[in-house]
Amino acid sequence: MISGIFHTTYEQDMALRTSHAQKVRLVILVLFLLAFPFFANRYALTLANQIGIAVIGAIGLNILVGYTGQISLGQGGFMAIGAYTAGILTARMGVPWWASTLIACFATAGIGAIFGIPSLRLKGLYLAIATLAAQEIILWVVTHWKVVTGGVDALVVPNPELFGLRMNTDFNFYWLVWALVIVVTLATVNLFRTHYGRAFTAIRDQDIAASVMGVDLFKYKLLAFAISSFLVGLAGALTAHYRSIVTWERFTIDVSVLYLAMIIIGGLGRVTGSYLGAIFMTLLPVVLSNLGRALKGVFPIVEALIPFIQQAAFGLVIILFLVFEPEGLNKIWKNIKDYFRLWPFSY
Amino acid sequence: MDLFIQLTLTGLTSGAILALAALGFVLIYKSSDVINFAQGEFLLIGAYVTYAMVGQLGLHWTIGMALTVLVSVGLGVLVERLVLRPMIGEPIISVIMVTIGLSSLLKAIASMIWGNTPQAFPPFIPSTPVKILGATIGQDRLWAIVVAFVLLGAFTFFFRRSREGIAMRAVADDQQAALSMGISVKKIFAWAWSIAAATAAIGGALVANIVGVGPELSHFGLRVFPVVILGGLDSIPGAIIGGLIIGLLEQYTGGYLGNGLNQVLPFVALIVILMIRPTGLFGQERIERV
Repeated sequence: MISGIFHTTYEQDMALRTSHAQKVRLVILVLFLLAFPFFANRYALTLANQIGIAVIGAIGLNILVGYTGQISLGQGGFMAIGAYTAGILTARMGVPWWASTLIACFATAGIGAIFGIPSLRLKGLYLAIATLAAQEIILWVVTHWKVVTGGVDALVVPNPELFGLRMNTDFNFYWLVWALVIVVTLATVNLFRTHYGRAFTAIRDQDIAASVMGVDLFKYKLLAFAISSFLVGLAGALTAHYRSIVTWERFTIDVSVLYLAMIIIGGLGRVTGSYLGAIFMTLLPVVLSNLGRALKGVFPIVEALIPFIQQAAFGLVIILFLVFEPEGLNKIWKNIKDYFRLWPFSY
Repeated sequence: MDLFIQLTLTGLTSGAILALAALGFVLIYKSSDVINFAQGEFLLIGAYVTYAMVGQLGLHWTIGMALTVLVSVGLGVLVERLVLRPMIGEPIISVIMVTIGLSSLLKAIASMIWGNTPQAFPPFIPSTPVKILGATIGQDRLWAIVVAFVLLGAFTFFFRRSREGIAMRAVADDQQAALSMGISVKKIFAWAWSIAAATAAIGGALVANIVGVGPELSHFGLRVFPVVILGGLDSIPGAIIGGLIIGLLEQYTGGYLGNGLNQVLPFVALIVILMIRPTGLFGQERIERV
């Protein structure tokens, strides 16, 4: 909480940004997002699009894990449902991409709610294990239901088209992804100002107490699974349209773990945390492989080891964050802000 | 009928190996309430260290195994001290995530040292087939059952009779009460992790003897979950019986239904068990108080 700010009207009380500095930072961020594609090269744009999709997926998972406290290891499976639904509808039945994306979101929300049913009896690590099983089952269905998904073969999806503009370049896709990111962000931030969001947080803090206070656990837990899966399905559908190719390898348990790592390293239960985590986890392997290639001249062995170094760094980063800064990058960002805001009287 | 006996025998033997992997898992959960997602990597490291000792250094397999167990104990203590101890009192998701991070790290280290391709394992247990009731089965597979039951007996004895075992049960029951009785909870956790790593290493060496050693061995870490959920997360006999049942289930579905169903059915069973009886067959029911 920022001290020294006093609300005198309801409008001030309801504003998302209260302090002057917050508004300035928001404007800078928006200007940066608008200007970025005109300066960045193709590779940076590719990364930006990947980050955008990851942000949507991470916000979706954060709603479930960070805000509602239901641990899910099924992210990869749910993304697969979104990607395959959108991909199959567009590639085989000629459904326009926006319609197939929307259907994919609802399909994922529905299946997510079904796999959310165990959460009514299970919590904590039992729920984690149940969602792990969900992940394995969904992926098995995807690879074995050949008639529909094409099994282990890749599914080719045509590029989406918007206002007569083909989304076949990173530059064009950037606007689509980041527009959606902004919509999702605003929706999520506002969700937690409604009674639904408050109910989710109450369930996270103590579900028995929440039910005593009149929160219908059945309804709200399933709703949390559905809303979260809706966004995860959106991320999956966007992956399908962006890559224009859908393969099962993109949705394994490793993806579930990657997204969990994003929201934990970013900061649980914070939208900003989802952003920071998605950026960090997407850029980490890139930075490492660039570093490895740069060091090739000095240590020739490094290049062959890059994939393993990336994997080791992934594990190490998770461990180090949990041991030293469990609240994640969001907390570090907050500390930095506090340092400058309170400077030179930081006590 | 022959097929049935064959499948039953194979199922029991692969179940015994699953049980070995599950044993360490249960041990850690029982004493410290931690779900160890890195159990498969302990198995992997155990297999690789045995491979290094017996295959690469050419030691006799008894010495090699003893050294492997020692290395694993060291690894367990190290992991407990550096990674798990700071996690005491943290929310469940952090503890789950830290073991997932650990699994990624351990797997990467193993791949850095021994590469990514599967290697043939120097067979220290003869794999000559034995005929039982008309079915043939590798001798090494039968040894897996023997080892599993010997370890089960040893653990049961350890928990009933030894000082450390009783202390471990006390810690599992109530950490604060155990502390006030003068039991060092830290030491007990270190014990649990080192024993878990050691059993995983023995399991790893047995699997490697049958199928060779490669990064795929870490998949056992995921296959353990149906086993421990069926048997009950905190029950050692449950791990053995759950392992055997899941092993049989995998073999029967693989043999009679085919179509890769054996990979997914354990997980379907897992969800069904969780819905009907979350504590599993032998797990202890815990009452939650607000």
